[in-house]
Amino acid sequence: MERTTGRYKKRSQAQEVWRRFRRNKRAVAGLIMLIVLLLCAAFAGLIAPFDPNKQDLVNRCAVPSMEHWFGTDELGRDIFSRIIYGARISVSVGLIAVSISLAGGVSLGAVAGYYGGASDNLIMRFMDILLAIPSILLNIAIVSALGTGLQNVMIAIGISSIPGYCRIVRASILSLKEQEFVEASRSAGASDFFIITRHILPNCIAPLTVQATLRIGSAILSCASMSFIGLGIVPPTAEWGSMLSTGRDFIRNAPHLCTFPGAAIMYAIFAMNLIGDGLRDALDPKLKD
Amino acid sequence: MAEALLSVRHAKKYFQTKNGLLHAVDDVSLDIQKGTTLGLVGESGCGKSTFGRVVLRLLEATGGEILFDGVDIRKLNKKELRKMRNRLQIVFQDPYASLDGRKSVFESIAEPLIVQKVFADRLALEDRVYELMETVGLAERLANAYPHELDGGRRQRVGIARALALNPEFLVLDEPVSALDVSIQAQILNLLQELQRKMGLTYLFISHDLSVVKHISDRIAVMYLGKIVELADYREIFKRPFHPYTQALLSAVPLPDIETEKNRILLEGDVPSPIDPKPGCRFAGRCRFCTEACRSEEPVFREISKGHFCRCLLDCR
Repeated sequence: MERTTGRYKKRSQAQEVWRRFRRNKRAVAGLIMLIVLLLCAAFAGLIAPFDPNKQDLVNRCAVPSMEHWFGTDELGRDIFSRIIYGARISVSVGLIAVSISLAGGVSLGAVAGYYGGASDNLIMRFMDILLAIPSILLNIAIVSALGTGLQNVMIAIGISSIPGYCRIVRASILSLKEQEFVEASRSAGASDFFIITRHILPNCIAPLTVQATLRIGSAILSCASMSFIGLGIVPPTAEWGSMLSTGRDFIRNAPHLCTFPGAAIMYAIFAMNLIGDGLRDALDPKLKD
Repeated sequence: MAEALLSVRHAKKYFQTKNGLLHAVDDVSLDIQKGTTLGLVGESGCGKSTFGRVVLRLLEATGGEILFDGVDIRKLNKKELRKMRNRLQIVFQDPYASLDGRKSVFESIAEPLIVQKVFADRLALEDRVYELMETVGLAERLANAYPHELDGGRRQRVGIARALALNPEFLVLDEPVSALDVSIQAQILNLLQELQRKMGLTYLFISHDLSVVKHISDRIAVMYLGKIVELADYREIFKRPFHPYTQALLSAVPLPDIETEKNRILLEGDVPSPIDPKPGCRFAGRCRFCTEACRSEEPVFREISKGHFCRCLLDCR
């Protein structure tokens, strides 16, 4: 009889990961927090009670009340609405900047670590140059070369955090490539590309997820500092970082101008870290139960 | 005598280190006949694993010829080597390190088949993997297990199945049982012998354990500091060891007999450094019979009786 289905039913990797992730309470909490954040970003227009840019100069720096949950800022704008709208920019900056640095760092680190020798020297010395320049200066340099704007800020932040990923991947590869399972793969005639993508990178996932989720938070902060010096988000666009920096001038008399955007950034970072830790454990088959 | 499947001539592998040139494998020549097992013994660091890797060109040799079925493996280009890999495979010592912890048993065994694109048809691939699992004695239900869920013996069976996947003619067994406990060692050794009988495999069996090697080998080569010091039929080497190092090794094999008086030959001193070795016999510093000549003159590898080769200046049997 002709068979149409295979005997081997692979335990679905995604299902397994999800099953393990689900069991981790903290990770699920982080996921829920992230979903709430994403919903806020997506449906900002429906959730925010006020226009984020509408000024009410009579009600400047008002403390939180029933009408303005988080109070108003120095121009009388509703802070709660601005935070909801700001989620859009902050979340996309965090995710896109990290994706850029992840892509760049992983590929450069893989080449440097696996091939070693001259390519390793060349890449890692270049990374040293990037690391030697303070990241804020590097961001400024890149943005001034590319022009201001949200998109270029993301690219700049992405590039300036490439060295971190690059070094992590290189270090993991240096220890992994001497492992016998890599040799076994080579003795079967596997190409370098096959070995890197099928064996080495899957084994680097743990340190990478941790680094990536941590960097989302600092990417949001870097974007804020870029906005602060006028190279990032142009006022009056609502963005957590720029709200924080302008609120700094009023911190003595109206601390809520800083507290709420700061809390929003903390919320986002906290959510990402919980998810990151959960993912790292869920992706490791060794920690199954 | 049958034709040699593997014929190594003057193989050398040197490593450049900070302190000088490390002679890991120094001028090793040997033949392995088709369908037989050559046991390669020696202490840790004598270069036996390096030699195994040089044979498979997992490490590039510094010099010499490695003829497999008449073809010099060292001269193959990338494409030819890839094809040749179908015929030569390796089983590693540590079944914990030799399996990727993120791959299931099925994926590990299927990998060589996927890499070499043996099957275009997924079903045929699956059938082959299950056939291999049966051959090495792994239950079908383990296909989805991950290495950390298996014991050492089962892991090593996965390693063997992976090595057999491409239907090789020649296997390098790099201490395949030394990481396993004794009861499982016997199982794996029997499995290897059975596979050899059924499939006509040729083995290079690397080990530091003489009793294991005796069990499985047709011929035995003793290696000391990068050089083969003695090579003979397994019976011959146990009955009439010629080289003082072999004699010392044999006297260290535990005997399960309290009646026999043991004349253990204890070697004094440390293994000399393989970095820039001094002229003369490599073993001179630890040899009971060492003479002035041993320290200056390099002994040649000579045939002392039919099929029994030794690298020693003296006749100290």
